[in-house]
Amino acid sequence: MTGNMHLGVEEPIRECQYNQICTHNSSPMDTPHTKKKKIKRKWQVFPGRNKFYCNGRIMMAKQTGVFYLTTVLILVTSGLFFAFDCPFLASNLTPAIPAIGGVLFVFVMGMLLRASFSDPGVLPRATPEEAADIERQIDAANGPSGPGYRPPPRTREVVINGQAVKLKYCFTCKIFRPPRTSHCSLCDNCVERFDHHCPWVGNCVGRRNYRFFYLFILSLSFLTIFIFAFVITHVILRSNRTGFLSALKDSPASVLEVVVCFFSVWSIVGLSGFHTYLISSNQTTNEDIKGSWSSKRGKGNYNPYSYGNFITNCCAALCGPLPPSLIDRRGFIQPDTPQPAAQTNGTGACPSNQVQSHMAATNPLLHSQPIILGGGAPLQAKTSLGGPCSTLGPSQASLPSSIPGLSCGGELMALRDSEIHCHHHPHHQHFISPEETPSPTAALPCATHLGHNVHPAQLFDPASQDSLHEDSVRGLVKLSSV
Amino acid sequence: MATEFHNLQELRHSASLATKVFIQRDYRDSTICKFQTKFPAELDSRIERSLFEETLKTLNCYYAEAEKIGGQSYLEGCLACATAYIIFLCMETRYEKILKKISMYIQEQNEKIYAPRGLLLTDPIERGMRVIEISIFEDSGSTSSSSSGSSPSSSTAQ
Repeated sequence: MTGNMHLGVEEPIRECQYNQICTHNSSPMDTPHTKKKKIKRKWQVFPGRNKFYCNGRIMMAKQTGVFYLTTVLILVTSGLFFAFDCPFLASNLTPAIPAIGGVLFVFVMGMLLRASFSDPGVLPRATPEEAADIERQIDAANGPSGPGYRPPPRTREVVINGQAVKLKYCFTCKIFRPPRTSHCSLCDNCVERFDHHCPWVGNCVGRRNYRFFYLFILSLSFLTIFIFAFVITHVILRSNRTGFLSALKDSPASVLEVVVCFFSVWSIVGLSGFHTYLISSNQTTNEDIKGSWSSKRGKGNYNPYSYGNFITNCCAALCGPLPPSLIDRRGFIQPDTPQPAAQTNGTGACPSNQVQSHMAATNPLLHSQPIILGGGAPLQAKTSLGGPCSTLGPSQASLPSSIPGLSCGGELMALRDSEIHCHHHPHHQHFISPEETPSPTAALPCATHLGHNVHPAQLFDPASQDSLHEDSVRGLVKLSSV
Repeated sequence: MATEFHNLQELRHSASLATKVFIQRDYRDSTICKFQTKFPAELDSRIERSLFEETLKTLNCYYAEAEKIGGQSYLEGCLACATAYIIFLCMETRYEKILKKISMYIQEQNEKIYAPRGLLLTDPIERGMRVIEISIFEDSGSTSSSSSGSSPSSSTAQ
């Protein structure tokens, strides 16, 4: 019986090995190709309409023209102030004036750049499995619908602090939006605690950069009033000595500064006041404009997010913990060799072997190296499905190594199943198209075993891969004991 | 060699991804990060309810601690504001430190509790803090009913 089992088991292996050898032989031919391709970072395949600079460190909206205008206005006005007015004021009044002005200016620019360049709190889009799970739940909730019947809008209701809040389904991001999250149509992202999209800042204002935005407009109000006041003082002092017209002739920049400051002070101070009110009542601009918590909507309508008193609300908004970015924009995409054709050929030739090799990929480090190399090879094309599993936390060296390996393979398996059952090739193609280049992300055991397949020479190169290897093996050996 | 393959073949047959369960966020306490502790039906045969709830409760505690608005967060916020947020270039925020702790905890839970039962938790940060993804691996060696295949093995694992 053992012998029979041997035979029964060995022949598929032999076939599998034959397939493995085929693809293994073909992969070195592709390796020069894939080696030449650059390793892509996640920001390069980000689905939203954002612009990234400095290799993903800076994130802004698509339209940034008005941001440059803001920057130029602030720089020019402040520059003129320091160049033309400050020498007079420093010598005639006190050098503290340019010092304070300098501090204010640096603070304003710092807050502006911080508000413009940081991630406002973008929610990454749902993975295909998540989206499918939510769809199933929605269908179950809505029940069967006849032909021509438009299903009701997808909403979920949740009670927060006694107030009923509707959570809407985002068709773009395929998630139910958390409370206070809104989808920005300009940036095409769901943003947590969405306040508004600010063209002056060139970015959305949301959970992660609201405090920078508020400090920017607050400090800019002070700077504007400061410059306005001291330019007027300068002109008055000069005209006391030499007359008004000659004072203006001596310092023409002052006129420009006064004009700019005069016209901007109303809007900026007004905006600061408005946002101070919003912060003290813990509302977003979005909610205020829609009147979500207005008493006009209903008698029992109140803001469930408010802490009750304005001091706590202010402290929470400005001094609360700053959550990290959920989109790992500088992370590397999972390695992937685009061989969907080879994949399907393999399927056609040897379906049972595919299943086995899928399992090998699912438990890549469970088996000895040759099996990994062999079994994983046909799945090179699918390794980009580690895309979702490659969305790692921002700066976490201590990632659970057993998770990415399995979930990578797991997702491969899940999608493979869908292919076998539903023949959703277009779905596959669509999913893997953005991520077609390999990346030697040493931190991922997924990458490790895939790296093995793609670059056998790199099998033992990164020392860090080995330790993660061990972790994954440990984890998976335990799994195998099931 | 052949024997080795034979054993590995069996091992290979022993686990393949069957399905994924998603634990959604619980928004009843406003927008703080908290996951629903409702025990999913798919895990009924795989893990004890108490273990699962313990894991989830600990995770929720960690997240609550990270998002707590209190003395330490105020201090950090004020210090950061005073230095025009340059200080965050040098030091890690409290939130990030706790996220690292959560990562370690999930890894530990996976190694000790979930992997032996054919389950795997994915760190929510990898899913945009929307869900806790639990991958369920089935014992595909037993063809028809997965539960019959997995339950004796899970009992031996315990």
